[in-house]
Amino acid sequence: MTEEKHVLSILVENQPGVLSRISGLFSGRGFNIESLCVAATIDPNVSRLTIVTKANQPIVEQIKKQLNKLINVIKVHELTGSKYVHREMALIKVHAKKDNRAEILRIVDIFRCKVVDVGPEHYTVEVTGDEGKMEAILSLLKPLGIKEIAKTGTIALFREPK
Amino acid sequence: MKLTGAQILMKVLKEEGVDTIFGYPGGAVIDLYDELVKTDIRHILVRHEQGAVHAADAYSRASGKVGTCLVTSGPGATNTVTGIASAYMDSIPIVVITGQVPSHLIGNDAFQEVDIVGITRPCTKHNYLVQSADELARVVREAFYIARSGRPGPVLVDIPKDVMNNLATYKVPKNIRLRSYNPTYNPNMKQLHKVIEMVKMARRPMIFAGGGVILSGAHRELTAFARKARIPVTTSLMGLGAFPASDPLWLGMIGMHGTYRSNMSTAACDLMIGIGVRFDDRVTGKTDTFAAQAKIIHIDIDPTSIRKNVPVSIPVVGDCKTTLTHLNELLADADLGNLDEKRSGWLHQIEGWKNKARLAYDQNGAIKPQFVLEKLYELTRGKAIITTEVGQNQMWTAQYYHIEEPGQFITSGGLGVMGFGLPAAIGAQVAKPDDLVVCVAGDGSIQMNIQEMATAMQYNLPVKIVILNNGYLGMVRQWQELFYEKRYACTQMDHAPDFVKLAEAFGARGFRATKPAEVAQVISEGLSAEGPVIMEFVVEKEECVYPMVPAGAPITEMLLV
Ligand SMILES: Cc1ncc(C[n+]2csc(CCOP(=O)(O)OP(=O)(O)O)c2C)c(N)n1
Repeated sequence: MTEEKHVLSILVENQPGVLSRISGLFSGRGFNIESLCVAATIDPNVSRLTIVTKANQPIVEQIKKQLNKLINVIKVHELTGSKYVHREMALIKVHAKKDNRAEILRIVDIFRCKVVDVGPEHYTVEVTGDEGKMEAILSLLKPLGIKEIAKTGTIALFREPK
Repeated sequence: MKLTGAQILMKVLKEEGVDTIFGYPGGAVIDLYDELVKTDIRHILVRHEQGAVHAADAYSRASGKVGTCLVTSGPGATNTVTGIASAYMDSIPIVVITGQVPSHLIGNDAFQEVDIVGITRPCTKHNYLVQSADELARVVREAFYIARSGRPGPVLVDIPKDVMNNLATYKVPKNIRLRSYNPTYNPNMKQLHKVIEMVKMARRPMIFAGGGVILSGAHRELTAFARKARIPVTTSLMGLGAFPASDPLWLGMIGMHGTYRSNMSTAACDLMIGIGVRFDDRVTGKTDTFAAQAKIIHIDIDPTSIRKNVPVSIPVVGDCKTTLTHLNELLADADLGNLDEKRSGWLHQIEGWKNKARLAYDQNGAIKPQFVLEKLYELTRGKAIITTEVGQNQMWTAQYYHIEEPGQFITSGGLGVMGFGLPAAIGAQVAKPDDLVVCVAGDGSIQMNIQEMATAMQYNLPVKIVILNNGYLGMVRQWQELFYEKRYACTQMDHAPDFVKLAEAFGARGFRATKPAEVAQVISEGLSAEGPVIMEFVVEKEECVYPMVPAGAPITEMLLV
């Protein structure tokens, strides 16, 4: 059976140990985690986790059921296949020498991202977007010399019906 | 009025109906023990914390209540892990209370500190580190609620020492409601109508029942259903007792050491109704050949067990008892036609398999272990509560001691823990003081928790231990004989204690049989002797458990002798 990417949005009680219960569930049962993002929601007692996993259909069913079985898990949604917005964010520190500073700013402009830190030798660029956009900007910046990069995983939400 | 954490704990335990605790004290729980002895809760001081958990596990199975343990922090807590993992695999409701170092020392590698909540996260249904005396009552109530509801399981509550001493107002919610935990008890009725349709259509149906039937107390409902629908029944090891072994529809146990007729039925059946089972690999063998011609209906309270190992045509999420009650009602109204006629070919075929390969052995020369169990069955008239250790002794017991009732057969099924049997016998005897409790053991396993003999003596628990002494770690030796060209690597146990003298050293009675002619005599004497007893049977050293399905093979490919 083919493995596909699945985006799971999980509401959990914001309590100590919950994240390790969830990550432990994945490692203990041999499920895969491509990325995981977590933070409190507007209700400080509830956190939202977004997990991207690669699995075939029966395994994804198991993952969802096993997550639901955890006492602190309030709700598990699979976003894949429905309409949803999803974003990643990256901070990219690029070498910025005299001869390529203008080039970098042009790219930043085209991709509608922001320079959040500047130095004599570098720019730090903040990008948000989907995976495609991330890949695209990285492929353009790479030849100019990337010093460091920090990236979040995917966060996602349903689109409301219009 | 304010109470200390320790007083609060005792109050909640009383309210939860706890009358017995299995435990072992230590510095971190000294305050809890100080309060405990002021209550009328009975404390059983075991000799090893692993024994406390197994005893609580068996206490739960024999009584139907939640078993409770109390142990100290660090080493006390880590000693419980095997017992917790076993209860988790077998879905047994227990609450384990562990002491913890004072809150301000947590994380400092304090004396006897261990992150037991972290260690037991994957083998508990849920666990807690209590943060303050204010939340203690609620947490303990939740722990009992979670342990016994839905698919039952072990819950651990870790209580720091300061929480036991701090004062708080006793305030506990009447009804526990957890917004993130809502087990489904009531099955979907549409699905149940489909089940009835399939039962009507099926020509060769079989029921495969498991521990879930026992846990939900659905024994009577299952029996009624099978009899009314004329469907033969097999069970997993954990399901023994879910259906009376004396019923003509009984197929015997399924799986690696299941009966020939039961395993053959899986290959020929056109409908398999799994109830409270999880289609464990020791049952299914190679999964894609398992019940390959059958549609599978799977009834279970835990949605994760459905479709985990085998494809399922009709999933039914619900409590076994509730579901079977509904099914029996639907069955009463259904036009089933002439079922006797419809099933006769199928039941006849099964009878043929039964006659072709019955469970059998030759009793000659040395004592055969199977003979001991047959005699034990005879002389106890099938009425004892049986606990087992793990290995050949466990499988022969499952095959030769025919179990009629739930709670009568207590074994570590999922984890298969050597050292389970004796503490389990103690737990069962505490729960059922007037019943005869027999632990069937191997010479290897019994040595894992033999120290619990002292517990049995201290509380005058008259457990009867049957040791099948083959001088080997028999089950492993069997695999070596069959699949490793008889290379018996490290499975000889040449040096066992003299079990008769050992019994006497504990202050108990000991008996030994070395010849077949002595077996019945020793059993009779052993059973009628007062107090705890060890009966040692020096058995045929290289006897194997048959039938046997090699691991990973289709379960119809059985080695018969
Ligand atoms: C704690 C533990 N360690 C190891 C095993 C592996 N094991 C399974 S059966 C068995 C042999 C048991 O020997 P014995 O208790 O003498 O019983 P027999 O099989 O001879 O009846 C062993 C070592 C186990 N199940 N549990």
